[in-house]
Amino acid sequence: MSAGGALSIRQVTKVYDPEGVHVVAVDNCSLEVASGEFLVVVGPSGCGKTTLLNVIAGFEELSEGEIRLDEGPLALPGKQVGPGAERIVVFQNGALFPWKTVLENIAYGPVVQRRMAKNEAQRSARELLRQVGLEGIEESYPAELSSGVQRRVEILRALINEPRVVLLDEPFRGLDAVAKSVMHQFLLDMFERTRCTMYFITHDLDEAIFLADRVVVMTTRPARVKLELSIDLPRPRDHRVLGTERFLKLKQAALEAVHEEALKAFQAGERELA
Amino acid sequence: MGLHMKRWTVNPETWGAVVSILGFVLLWYILTAVLKLPRFDKLPNPVAVFSAWLSPHPQFGLSIFTRGYYLDILYSVGRVLAAFVLATVLGVGLGLLMGWSRVFFDYSFPLVETLRPIPPIAWIPLAVLVLPTAELGVIFITFIAAFFATVLNTLLGVRSIDEVYFRAASCLGSRPRDVFWNVVVPGALPAIFTGLQVAMGIAWISLVAGEMIAGQRGLGYLIYEDYSNLQFVNIVIGMATLGLLGYGSSALVRMLGRRLMAWEGRRRGGAMA
Ligand SMILES: Nc1ncnc2c1ncn2[C@@H]1O[C@H](COP(=O)(O)OP(=O)(O)OP(=O)(O)O)[C@@H](O)[C@H]1O
Ligand SMILES: [Mg+2]
Repeated sequence: MSAGGALSIRQVTKVYDPEGVHVVAVDNCSLEVASGEFLVVVGPSGCGKTTLLNVIAGFEELSEGEIRLDEGPLALPGKQVGPGAERIVVFQNGALFPWKTVLENIAYGPVVQRRMAKNEAQRSARELLRQVGLEGIEESYPAELSSGVQRRVEILRALINEPRVVLLDEPFRGLDAVAKSVMHQFLLDMFERTRCTMYFITHDLDEAIFLADRVVVMTTRPARVKLELSIDLPRPRDHRVLGTERFLKLKQAALEAVHEEALKAFQAGERELA
Repeated sequence: MGLHMKRWTVNPETWGAVVSILGFVLLWYILTAVLKLPRFDKLPNPVAVFSAWLSPHPQFGLSIFTRGYYLDILYSVGRVLAAFVLATVLGVGLGLLMGWSRVFFDYSFPLVETLRPIPPIAWIPLAVLVLPTAELGVIFITFIAAFFATVLNTLLGVRSIDEVYFRAASCLGSRPRDVFWNVVVPGALPAIFTGLQVAMGIAWISLVAGEMIAGQRGLGYLIYEDYSNLQFVNIVIGMATLGLLGYGSSALVRMLGRRLMAWEGRRRGGAMA
């Protein structure tokens, strides 16, 4: 599989409904994501994390600034490269096609991109499933699988396309602790193997630090980068790292920043109500 | 998949069907033959109807042993089939286009909404005037309301598809055509089949109206003719036959739907890791 792409977010502003309510969701936000980096974004609810991800993915247009992927422009005001297989999104509530089997879901990308014939794509989908120990579910429909397995299948559906960036928007939200830790191991494993750039949004600081090369804490709305935290924990990581002093120290630093912003969001909320 | 218990007894569905239909016939019998309530005593009772229906030499010339009975069934089934296929092809096609293209929707929806409330019977004069044969007229009448029901349900089906599937499809590299065949069509399929079941019912209703007024042969024609001859037993036979055919044809549509939407029936049962 291919190496990751470098994502450059330069002074991006996103305003929803500029003529009407005028919601500034992202304000003059700059962020560099290195090729093959695992970046995790945290920040208060409603601060604009999903909005920025949607702009990167090509679902939304930005209002100002620019986004580049490996120096190729992705988005400028009024000029947007639409969604494409080099930046695949893994959605918060899962978006496997319910009407396709696991095999058809995973094989979908290469087939519609005309990169592989259908049976070739299905063969490599089968191979992927085998490599991660998920054989036997090829002919199942998503609704027949547990949500943990669905998430893994969805990640495979993204990775088979050899994307340069995978954009994950709280993909493990709602999973129980055990399923979550299985997912973390799985995702890190896939990351080691593919080294594609990961852009991962979460609210869970343990998850953030466990997965990331770097954690970015966003300000309350409009989103800007408040704090960047380099996670220098050695890889490969497993759950034992969660108890180390270094981990707790990093978590403390992140927690303080998040707390400060959450407090601001809370006060802003009170002002609006008053 | 060992969690499913298969017990070889009458399933509740069949049991329900038998109980409700037998119960209805019993009520009918009591009202018309036992209590003989005023006005109900004029109705043919079920014993008279069934003995005529099953008689090799029916008193009123209609039973499962007469050739005319099957000819009428054949005509009606043929007309419904033709109208239903037409309504499905055109209705699903138009509904998908309307759901798929905003522009197409803006231009077609007002027209569809204006024509839709016009009852099939109101179309009869114009259908007879314009179409070259009465046969085509009856098929048109049968088709028209079923068509609108199909269009509307298909449109709602497309509209009900979660935006996230469109997004997933587009970031996986789909062209519009891929999105159409891999998201729009399968995503709308459950609603399409709901619509087709409704359309099938409407087709039978409109068929009878068309046959009564513009038809030659067919169950609607049979009922109408026996009305002029005051042969109420035959009318009830015709009605019961319509009911059974309607039930059967809806069941066929349901079956086809289940077959095409395998994912709908297969939900996760027990917990898995
Ligand atoms: N289509 C839209 N039109 C107008 N405002 C919007 C739209 N989408 C989001 N917003 C607003 O923009 C802000 C940022 O939303 P966004 O979904 O990006 O936040 P988030 O950081 O992902 O939040 P969460 O952590 O809850 O997922 C919110 O205040 C939201 O109400
Ligand atoms: Mg969000």
